[in-house]
Amino acid sequence: MEQSSKQFTGAEILIRCLHEENVEFVFGYPGGAVLNIYDAIFHQDKFKHILVRHEQAAIHAADAFSRSTGKVGVALVTSGPGATNAITGIATAYMDSIPMVIISGQVPTYAIGEDAFQECDTVGITRPCVKHNFLVKDVKDIAATMKKAFYVANSGRPGPVLVDIPKDITAHLHAFEYPETVQLRSYNPVTKGHLGQIKKALKLLAEAKRPMVYSGGGVVLGDASEYLIKLVQSLNIPITSTLMGLGGYPASDKNFLGMLGMHGTYEANMAMQECDVLLAVGSRFDDRVIGNTEHFLSNPRTIIHIDIDPSSISKRVKIDVPIVGDVKSVLADMIDLIAAEKPVQNTVALADWFKQINAWRNKKCLTYAQSTEFIKPQYVIQKLHEVTKGDAFVTSDVGQHQMWAAQYYPFDKPRRWINSGGLGTMGVGLPYAMGVQFAHPDAQVACVTGEGSIQMNIQELSTCLQYNLPIKVILLNNRYLGMVRQWQEFFYENRYAESYMESLPDFVKLAEAYGHVGMRIENPSDVEGALAEAFSPKLKDRLVFMNFLTDQKENVFPMIPGGKGLSEMILAENL
Amino acid sequence: MRHIISLLMENEAGALSRVAGLFSARGYNIESLTVAATEDPTLSRMTIVTSGSEAVIEQIIKQLNKLIDVVKVLDLNDGKFIERELMLVKVKATGAFREEMKRMCDIFRGRIIDVADGSFTIELTGSGNKLDAFIESLDKAAILETVRTGASGIGRGDRILKV
Repeated sequence: MEQSSKQFTGAEILIRCLHEENVEFVFGYPGGAVLNIYDAIFHQDKFKHILVRHEQAAIHAADAFSRSTGKVGVALVTSGPGATNAITGIATAYMDSIPMVIISGQVPTYAIGEDAFQECDTVGITRPCVKHNFLVKDVKDIAATMKKAFYVANSGRPGPVLVDIPKDITAHLHAFEYPETVQLRSYNPVTKGHLGQIKKALKLLAEAKRPMVYSGGGVVLGDASEYLIKLVQSLNIPITSTLMGLGGYPASDKNFLGMLGMHGTYEANMAMQECDVLLAVGSRFDDRVIGNTEHFLSNPRTIIHIDIDPSSISKRVKIDVPIVGDVKSVLADMIDLIAAEKPVQNTVALADWFKQINAWRNKKCLTYAQSTEFIKPQYVIQKLHEVTKGDAFVTSDVGQHQMWAAQYYPFDKPRRWINSGGLGTMGVGLPYAMGVQFAHPDAQVACVTGEGSIQMNIQELSTCLQYNLPIKVILLNNRYLGMVRQWQEFFYENRYAESYMESLPDFVKLAEAYGHVGMRIENPSDVEGALAEAFSPKLKDRLVFMNFLTDQKENVFPMIPGGKGLSEMILAENL
Repeated sequence: MRHIISLLMENEAGALSRVAGLFSARGYNIESLTVAATEDPTLSRMTIVTSGSEAVIEQIIKQLNKLIDVVKVLDLNDGKFIERELMLVKVKATGAFREEMKRMCDIFRGRIIDVADGSFTIELTGSGNKLDAFIESLDKAAILETVRTGASGIGRGDRILKV
């Protein structure tokens, strides 16, 4: 009794909520509106606060912590500019459905609406890029709100939830009681798939002549990898994955056709276009994945779609057999059904289908012309894969290097490939690597980046020093905003408007100025040795910034031009 | 096609802007939107008149359901329903107009709720079509001001939207 009537400040209550949720890391940046909260943090040692150098990086790091662990990422920012700096991070997490709780300070309740110093309508500004948000107006609501925030963020289709707390609320006193359960009458996500639909789906897959599985980020987020593998192997059908789904199915398996989409493999895109029964799992028929919808639909096929979010089903493409549910649960039901019913498959047709797929595979669409003069970016990624034995966590920024990392670093495990797929946010790579390294202190973490992207959050090299994060930065430096340049080459007759980067810093000196190890690699023959050194025991505890001067005009192939269909790929010249 | 979507949501600050924001962010049409608390003060009832293809309406319903504060959504067009809208019209009532306005008001079963030297204010309830027809039938020069609430709708008979 005495315990429950003890009074705590709102800030202390907030900290206790984070303890109740077993939060290990809070990524943040202090400021006026959150000073009470920071004072409460000073008095606790159950979670570690990580001081970043820019609020955007706090959100990205918490986001990557979540992507690489499956736990809810937590970030803390102050009001006004603290919150607006966080927006890009929040929108990035929202587009990729990452469970996060973001706490933002707000001006005191009595000053709201008066254009107070560092005031902004954070709940209003974030509304379109969060799963849900709250403004806490009374100290007695903090605990229940935090419980709801964690529950909403991490259930159904996950996403970021923001809790905005005015400064006076963090000073008010109240007893602390954390609710054990949470019930929202307006929010009851379906987890179990409809059995009738699942049976129908299985029958279609078994009878298909050209079946195909297309898996997405939902498989990774839903920890359904193991079940996906079982399903694909028991039916022996080909599978492709979206950028976000990589690692959800082992890339080294014979049934895997590689990534599909704008820069997908020839075999994956052709099979996607030509299949007769398609099983989409935790994927959303994104424009970068299926290209032109009309072209996609010009070849009739029956589509089964498993997704936890009903609004993802029949959004861009009409679905024949929708199954709303948690992918893991639905896949488990399908596997049980296969074991019970032992469906008879059309093995003759299936053999023909694989024959066709192998013919497409023989195009070897990822072949590139090796050079002794210039470092090929693809080669750097291949060597990175070799040196790290394919077992590193790889984060990337956005652009050509991101696509090369996705194409040439085959992932065999989920949650190893960390990048911004939906929003395509340049600048995520380094803070993502930080979040991953905090979550996995002994793991090899590589940040594949470009000279454009890395400069969007380069200040975080300072955070990396403060916390001794031994990240390996793999900078594929072609002195161009490569993907912009590629589009200008193909679609704007080589008019390279503002895509060339002049006056780049000396990245080696820059890394050294931040207290890290810098390397400059100019010759193809030095690539492997440099990587081996960076990942050697000698530099195990150091951040190594590797500036690879790569071929300036290399392009990403295959490529589906904007507005074109899956089978209308541009291949590399020599193919 | 025109659809009337009815929904119940938590009566909380910002709930309306979540719905309005969803429509503008995803490019859906809003013809009208009305909202007020229900007999249960924790719930608001909202009626949205929108238009779009069947696929768009399906997405609108799904997206509305996805909002955390939304408790229940019903597309009234999925069954039989009644639609009503209230309009207040201030019209010129001088000379010949004075008798004409009284007559038109009677024909449309409206009520004159304010009488001034030069004007009447007429209250009229009905479907959107009926209100449109009334406006159409008036001499444009006679209309001083119109105020419409936007449509409210309710299912017929056993069709009940309740928590």
